[in-house]
Amino acid sequence: MRDTVRIIRRGRIVELDRVGPTETLLDYLRLREGAVGTKEGCNEGDCGACTVAVGSYEDGRVVYRPVNACIQFLGALDGKEIVTVEDIGAPGALHPVQAAMVKHHGSQCGFCTPGIVMSLFALYHRDGRAEPPTRREIDDCLAGNLCRCTGYRPIVDAAREALAEPAADAFVTAESTTAGLMQFLSDRRDIFVGDDEAFFAAPRSVESLGKLYARHPDATLVAGGTDVGLWVTKQFRPLGKVIHLGRVGGLDHVEDVGDAVILGATVSFEAAVPHMAAIDPDLGEIFRRIGSTQVRASGTVGGNVANGSPIGDSPPALIALGATLELMRGLEGRALPIEDFFVDYGKQDREPGEFVAGILVPKLRDDQVFRAYKISKRFDQDISAVMAAVRLTLDGGVITEARVAYGGMAATPKRARTVEARLVGAEPAKAQTWSAAIEAIAEDFTPLSDMRASAHYRLETARALLAKALVEVAGAPTTRTRVTGRREAEVA
Amino acid sequence: MSAVETRPEDERPLSVVRQPLPHDSAELHVTGRAVYIDDMREPAGTLHLAPGWCPNIAKGVIRDVDLTRVRAAPGVVAVITAKDVPGVNDCSPSIGGDPVLADGEIEFWGQVVFCVVAETRDQARRAARLALYEGEAGTPIVTAEAAKAAGTTVLPEYRFGRGELGRAYGNAQRRTEGRFVIGGQEHFYLESQIAMAIPGEAGDVHVWSSTQHPTEVQHIVAKVLGIPDAAVTAEVRRMGGGFGGKESQATQWACLAALAAKVTGRPCKIRLDRDDDFVMTGKRHDMVADFRVGFDGEGRLLSADMHFLSRCGYSADLSLGVNDRTMFHADNAYYYPTVQIRSERLKTNTVSNTAFRGFGGPQGVLAAERMMDTIAVLTGFDPLEVRKRNFYGPGRDVTPYGMKVEDNVLAELVGELEKSSDYLRRRQEIRAFNGRNRILKRGIALTPVKFGISFTLIHLNQAGALVHVYTDGSVHLNHGGTEMGQGLFTKVAQVVAEEFGIGFDRVRITATTTAKVPNSSPTAASSGTDLNGMAAQIACREIKGRMIDFVAQEYGTPPEQIDFRDGQVIIGNGSVPFAEIVKKCYTARVQLSSAGYYSTPKITWNRDKAEGRPFYYFAYGAACSEVVVDTMTGEMKVERVDLLHDCGRSLNPALDIGQIEGGFVQGMGWLTTEELVFDDKGRLRTHAPSTYKIPCCSDVPDAFTTKLFDGVNREESIYRSKAVGEPPLMLACSVFSAIFDAIASLKPGVVPPLDAPATPEAIMRAVTAMRRAEG
Repeated sequence: MRDTVRIIRRGRIVELDRVGPTETLLDYLRLREGAVGTKEGCNEGDCGACTVAVGSYEDGRVVYRPVNACIQFLGALDGKEIVTVEDIGAPGALHPVQAAMVKHHGSQCGFCTPGIVMSLFALYHRDGRAEPPTRREIDDCLAGNLCRCTGYRPIVDAAREALAEPAADAFVTAESTTAGLMQFLSDRRDIFVGDDEAFFAAPRSVESLGKLYARHPDATLVAGGTDVGLWVTKQFRPLGKVIHLGRVGGLDHVEDVGDAVILGATVSFEAAVPHMAAIDPDLGEIFRRIGSTQVRASGTVGGNVANGSPIGDSPPALIALGATLELMRGLEGRALPIEDFFVDYGKQDREPGEFVAGILVPKLRDDQVFRAYKISKRFDQDISAVMAAVRLTLDGGVITEARVAYGGMAATPKRARTVEARLVGAEPAKAQTWSAAIEAIAEDFTPLSDMRASAHYRLETARALLAKALVEVAGAPTTRTRVTGRREAEVA
Repeated sequence: MSAVETRPEDERPLSVVRQPLPHDSAELHVTGRAVYIDDMREPAGTLHLAPGWCPNIAKGVIRDVDLTRVRAAPGVVAVITAKDVPGVNDCSPSIGGDPVLADGEIEFWGQVVFCVVAETRDQARRAARLALYEGEAGTPIVTAEAAKAAGTTVLPEYRFGRGELGRAYGNAQRRTEGRFVIGGQEHFYLESQIAMAIPGEAGDVHVWSSTQHPTEVQHIVAKVLGIPDAAVTAEVRRMGGGFGGKESQATQWACLAALAAKVTGRPCKIRLDRDDDFVMTGKRHDMVADFRVGFDGEGRLLSADMHFLSRCGYSADLSLGVNDRTMFHADNAYYYPTVQIRSERLKTNTVSNTAFRGFGGPQGVLAAERMMDTIAVLTGFDPLEVRKRNFYGPGRDVTPYGMKVEDNVLAELVGELEKSSDYLRRRQEIRAFNGRNRILKRGIALTPVKFGISFTLIHLNQAGALVHVYTDGSVHLNHGGTEMGQGLFTKVAQVVAEEFGIGFDRVRITATTTAKVPNSSPTAASSGTDLNGMAAQIACREIKGRMIDFVAQEYGTPPEQIDFRDGQVIIGNGSVPFAEIVKKCYTARVQLSSAGYYSTPKITWNRDKAEGRPFYYFAYGAACSEVVVDTMTGEMKVERVDLLHDCGRSLNPALDIGQIEGGFVQGMGWLTTEELVFDDKGRLRTHAPSTYKIPCCSDVPDAFTTKLFDGVNREESIYRSKAVGEPPLMLACSVFSAIFDAIASLKPGVVPPLDAPATPEAIMRAVTAMRRAEG
């Protein structure tokens, strides 16, 4: 057991014995360190002004990820290096990313700039950095960094220039030293800072997690914290007891078991994306469009499912694929189809003390096709108004099984059972065979109107997306059916 | 170009002005060293404020607020309410009606009732939620239509025009009418509203405020505290974005900080959380635009009857000027032979709408473009052709408000963009694409902008600057303009460096403060550089004049043979380093400091008679945008953008291009993804970036070119440049028109009823209506 949190700052180990259960990294930086280069723009992980780079040691190298400091709990960074905008360069001695931003006039008011610089810093240190980034990569890198002044073009130009060459900065030079520090900090001890009334805990094993959670079933489990962070910063929910899952060994693996992929509970969206894209390009695209790079770097698929957030965008796709949830209490486990987990708005089939251990995502068989769509006001870093996911099993052009799931159409992500039944026997190539199935959406759902869309639009779009899926399955290329997320580009 | 009067500097080679210098703070921005108000080292004992408000009432009366739990909360030092205001409880920039702290009556959801003052910001925010309210909620009037029905207004209706509308309309060969909704817009400056007040001696207070209008902050803080203006200093070095949102609406927070500082005797800081900023501060006015036009068979407009219903919110704020400017720009670039423009300023129980880049102009321009698009659909002519036929031109050059358009460059500018954007070829390609594709439809539009430069409130067209030359030859620059990212400080410093012939790095840019330049105007109306650049130039020339007099005498050289360049003072055939001459001047007791003052010439505006020349000149631009629309879902992607904009002779092409592109993208957000949703209870449902979507990087196409038009300001502006802050925002109307064009392709001859913003849902509403329409 350890009663401190240790981080790396500017090449030194900083050991903190006073860490509030929900103290954010941003408050630590600005209020405790006085490092005010990192800004607060929205305090909800959406604008990216607070972006810092978090370094961790993985597979023999130091990896930097951009993180929204405003909703990042400090304790969850144990063993990591925190790099802020002040740390990478100074006037007269700019980092290549900073120099390019100046040269291309990438800042105007300058308030989003530290966050943008740090997102680009992380991309600068990306894997496979010999290749210059594509516009898509730059867009992804910056989707979580809102700039209200420049219109982004100069920032894209700066990114292209700064990232054209392989990384060569002080952090590359210091990589082995940093890696050494990180290895030194990596221990097998459970972390527990605080007392039985209020604590930040980060158990190291499933066993100690089980024990701790059984003793404190009222504690809040936090994985990436990209949703829980807002309970703190916006709702002031008193989370006295926080159990962070990030250090639990064994929960962070992606396992390929032949006909399925198992995502451990703490697998981030970022780590899941390539595995999901390998199952189907639409699945990869749905996962890519969840949150921003910062959110995907921290946020976990398990957390997205477990907290049953009505704004969870991964469940409809996972339901359509027939994914199974693995739940554990202590060392007891049970499995249930993911759609049965979502009981009602904000209510999940999760017993006190029970936690999500993993998600089994079946791959597609040769006779199965999959389509998924996300409709939102903005393509990147938005929450869907409507999500649709369809898995069809076909026999000679005839649908023999259909799994159709929607998000944004009900209080929970939900299957369209009537639609599914009517699709059996239909032929995608013959519209008249599935028009009745499409009409049945109104029997399965009575959506609501809210700030994202009206009930009418949701219903009409749910119909349109199913029709689009069928038209595409029948052979229409997505270059003719979509303005974004085209499959041909992804596959070819 | 027509011949213009030239001044000596037009001939003289320039070394600092016209250079694409980076923003003066660029290196500070990218290294996190630029200090915003929240980054300043707080004086010991600084307290933090959080506003308290009643989440259950958008309109009604609060009879009692139980603050017991608030006062008892950890860290709370004081709670301030309307009773604590020693002076006048009003922070309105105009005719009143904006209480700093509500006193019983609640007029919108988010109105501040009290303010918690606590040791930490977190404590203040938590405590602010603990109040118990007793009162009655009435039924709020939320929409402009509801306000129109109820007859509630913040200001009287205003109209102007010319000719006999009824007859012109009746005689027109073709007639049509339309109505569409123009959405509002949240500023979403990245730095939310913030102020810090430090109490001084004898009741003085120094207020740091993220404001575009320090003078107004000074004056209103003084009024609220009941102290003389001279007891208040308002200061700002930089804002993390303003866009009009900090023109009048930064004041309330400065007042609260100053009030708390007075009550507690300690430094006090208030920084709004993003959600509070959304619900408590005003936005761009959303409007319903009605139009009735008569036109001929060639698509030439004969009569225009335009009518705007404007949601002003609960108070007048700046709504008079904003809505007047909607009317001034309801012609955009087009000549309306017979015209009436009418504007109703409706009072709703929503936050008070305010200035936003373009100041009402964009709504007028969008309506003009909608009329052009409508005529194009009905006549079958290419929309660009219709636009060109309606441009101002010889003999067709008087605006609906009686001002002659003397500097029109649109024919040339649009012609150039039409060519460089390859408009005609792409129009053909798009037609072919749309013929082949059932689900996806493309659209293209090339739209112009003509934007009037000057405050229409004439007295605001003045500025002051203060320039000191120190004995080492370095120069201290101060003026009344504020820096919000637009690069104003850089441009004015370029002017000063040019005047003295010294390097840019010898000019020290300093924070805007009411203590150095008094009675300044807001940095708004795109006028920052025009006004403050001139004032600084005048100050420099005053100092230079004294130096020249001294040098002429000292060296026996005629004044016309003395010049300032390359860090030297050129004296006849010789030269002496600037710093050396400065030292000599000092020793000879020559004053090396001057205050410059400028007021814009030529402008007049009689609002009662609706006549005069409200604008010194017009800025022009044009944009060509191409989009693709999914007619099954309403999703839309902007695929290519070409911008060409007139900055006169640019002071700094890099900064100007930054304003053009940034303005365009901000306008694109306004017209596409940015949707403000108020529910029927008057609650703003989109109060954070999670629900309110400004453009992100991937919304901006890779095919995005911006060029400066090779023009010159025919008026004597600073180095013949043109203002650039607001006009480019309206270049984004091309995106909206391109979407309209894509939808119009579904059924030739049918006008798509597209509302702004063109969200996927709005696009589908128009698509569905097209499919149902008889065509």
